[in-house]
Amino acid sequence: MAVQVRVTAVFQKFTKGAKTVKGQGQTIGQLVQDLERRYPGFAKQLLNPDGSLHQFVNIYLNDEDIRFLGNLDTPVSEGDVVSILPALSGGAAPLG
Amino acid sequence: MASAFTEEQIKRYSRHIILQQVGGKGQRKLLAGKVLLIGAGGLGSPAALYLAAAGVGTIGLVDYDTVDLSNLQRQILHRTADLGRPKIDSATDTIAALNPDVKVVPYPVRLSSENILDIIADYDVVVDGTDNFPTRYLVNDACVMKGKPNVHGSIFLFEGQATTFLPGRGCYRCLYPAPPPPGMVPSCQEAGVLGVLPGIVGSIQAVEAIKLILGIGDSLAGRLLLFDALSMEFRQLKIRRSPDCPVCGEHPTVTQLIDYEEFCGVPALVHSQEAEAAHGARH
Repeated sequence: MAVQVRVTAVFQKFTKGAKTVKGQGQTIGQLVQDLERRYPGFAKQLLNPDGSLHQFVNIYLNDEDIRFLGNLDTPVSEGDVVSILPALSGGAAPLG
Repeated sequence: MASAFTEEQIKRYSRHIILQQVGGKGQRKLLAGKVLLIGAGGLGSPAALYLAAAGVGTIGLVDYDTVDLSNLQRQILHRTADLGRPKIDSATDTIAALNPDVKVVPYPVRLSSENILDIIADYDVVVDGTDNFPTRYLVNDACVMKGKPNVHGSIFLFEGQATTFLPGRGCYRCLYPAPPPPGMVPSCQEAGVLGVLPGIVGSIQAVEAIKLILGIGDSLAGRLLLFDALSMEFRQLKIRRSPDCPVCGEHPTVTQLIDYEEFCGVPALVHSQEAEAAHGARH
């Protein structure tokens, strides 16, 4: 089924600038693999070599963090909105 | 017992005092309030100005940087005439000119595991306006250890995030357990930021700090506020305290402060001028 995936600016270079993309899959993990097929290099930004999610990237199903659902096995349904959100760095002057 | 308002204070703060949720009692709380701003840059500028205008009595400022021409597109504490001056100095002057009721406590130092606990000890609220992950994790961990509210803001290009971490209700590591390795997040690359963006996010941080001092309203605790200036959208996502959090979880693995060193290919301790030269614009 098609699920809407919202990506922040950091990842838009992998989605040809698109802020929202459609993905297919029964779970978050399948969705990520589907996006990887269409946007090569995308999955590497989210996943460790062992296939687990990076600690500095969060994926939300609607407004809930998937770590508190079923991680990458979290099922998705038609109409769900998935958001991918890496840690942002910006702020003031470097403080070391 | 707080001293009585002067006539000038009654006039200066009249729009607060007539607010039912603030009143004279609330204004006294603000005047007795102590907020520590980490960074006098993009986020710290609007936060400092609004906190000072509101009459927050003590504002601590941590920053060891000097004013650069490229800062002035967004760092509204500083003026063209301040180029080359320590940001702490120009910020202190700007705040003093705005509101003489405010005492600015300057900390022209690099935050580290050695000094941060002493610096934050005296403050009611910490406002995190850093642009780098080593400092952000240091501030987070120190706030957890000292039980201080930590008002978080971050920005990138046209997007911003804000939330408030309250003691016992989660922290930045519940959200992002560990910092990214060098190069994985474009934190130090030349990326750019819309100048007004930190104005929005830093002002939200100021609102959060003021609400915490006054004890009114609902803070952003448990919610991550996302702002997209291009689509002009605000969204909210849930944040939960993670039982597995390395610093505030059930079995913490981070029990001492960490000075993360390697970020963006440069050691954190030489992050200032060298990093800017190497990587271009900062936030």
